Amino acid sequence: MKKVLVFTTLAALAAGATAQAETLRFGIDLNYPPFSKQGADGKPQGFDVDMIHALCAAMKTSCQVVPQDWDGLIPALNANKFDAILSSMQITPERQKAVDFTRKYYNIPSRVIGKAGTQVDQNTFKGKKIGVLRASTQEKFARDYWGKSGARIVAYSKSPESFLDLKAGRVDAVFVDGAVGDTEFLKTPNGKGYAFIGPNYSDAKYFGLGAGIAVKKGNKALVDRLNQAIDQIRKDGSYKKVQDKYFSFDVYGG
Amino acid sequence: MIDLNLILENLPSFFGGAYGEPVLSTSDGLVMTFQLLGLSLLLGLALSVPLALMRVSRNKWLAWPVWLYTYVFRGTPMLVQLFIFYYGLSQFDAVRDSWAWEYLQEAYVCAILAFTLNTAAYTTEIIAGQIRNTHYGEIEAAKAVGMSRWLMMRRIVIPSALRRALPAYSNEVIMMLHGTSIAGLVTLADLTGVARRLYADSYQPFEPFLMAGALYLTFTFLFVWLFKRLEGRYLAYLAPRKH
Repeated sequence: MKKVLVFTTLAALAAGATAQAETLRFGIDLNYPPFSKQGADGKPQGFDVDMIHALCAAMKTSCQVVPQDWDGLIPALNANKFDAILSSMQITPERQKAVDFTRKYYNIPSRVIGKAGTQVDQNTFKGKKIGVLRASTQEKFARDYWGKSGARIVAYSKSPESFLDLKAGRVDAVFVDGAVGDTEFLKTPNGKGYAFIGPNYSDAKYFGLGAGIAVKKGNKALVDRLNQAIDQIRKDGSYKKVQDKYFSFDVYGG
Repeated sequence: MIDLNLILENLPSFFGGAYGEPVLSTSDGLVMTFQLLGLSLLLGLALSVPLALMRVSRNKWLAWPVWLYTYVFRGTPMLVQLFIFYYGLSQFDAVRDSWAWEYLQEAYVCAILAFTLNTAAYTTEIIAGQIRNTHYGEIEAAKAVGMSRWLMMRRIVIPSALRRALPAYSNEVIMMLHGTSIAGLVTLADLTGVARRLYADSYQPFEPFLMAGALYLTFTFLFVWLFKRLEGRYLAYLAPRKH
């Protein structure tokens, strides 16, 4: 009996030790405020970063945040530079060919930002320029929707650059994730005179089912663990705590 | 393993077609790279001949500003210069309200401007160096037949310096071909920009950049061969005797 007890204690200790030693590495693009940015102290900050820490607290593992530019995220994941991508990556069929996704951890519609009071339909931007983030869901949608009716789609590698060029008048509108546009441009002094124009865009064919966490194809164990962790932080209130720190509305969606 | 299909399927976009359109229908890829290269080299060369003359002038007021210009533009990376023209200038209301904004708002114009001023700085120094190197015999001969200072410059010194500048200039041309690859960082889709787009769409870094590299290499060899031919013709009088 005593032997069994010792054995189980040892096993528990060993399990505890491996859980302690394991470090999950999350790749993230730090050019997507308010979801992610490099703070003044050089450390990663933002909704996605806090989400990583909340998930890791739920999974009781230690975490490492690995910065990587947006268009290199999936290749770096496949090259084992990190174990998962938590970087506001929308779940789309195209990306699902390259990686496996967890369920969504938020779902916010995309919006057009332009001069306040402008009307928007498919022909509004004929002969004009719309800024988007390169290789984003917004770029795909914009090319098919406005691009086909004669708009020029200008792709930026970082979304703050598109706001700079909107302000400078190099593009007539920016098509962007609603939360990013709101907190990073419209609510700043630079956003004066600009507003969300036109409707919400959340066509699942383009924008998918929301933002998910991407892992290497076939890594089902990690997907399951992350899904469980998402459920847990939804229940225990730590999701809401992170959400309320950045947004005044429900970002999880229906 | 290299995915040849990815390269083959997207071959048109490297040569100028975009998103399944026929080749040369847009100004992307190689077309964009050669527009940027050709225009900036032409403008840069045109600027650098008068600048080189000012650079070697004995008049301090002519020589000093050109010295400062080449010092600054050769002393800073071309990428920084491009960012200053593209992102820097647009921050000033005075620039945005001026007539120049109609042109400066285009990434293309900013890139041409930065590339031209950069290559002009290097080319000025190359030509100025060769003007200083002009053999005294050529000058004495020109003076002996009674040429004026300007006639001597026009007929003897400049043509002779330009010929001798060819080998160094061929390096500059090739450096500029490679230098245009930074245009992709200000939204232009040059050869490297197209490779980056394919990389972002396919998540495969190796194939698009390998293809872009192969194209740069091909044209580098072509330029080297072309300049060798030109040197064979215009520098024949400097070649060692063959008999």
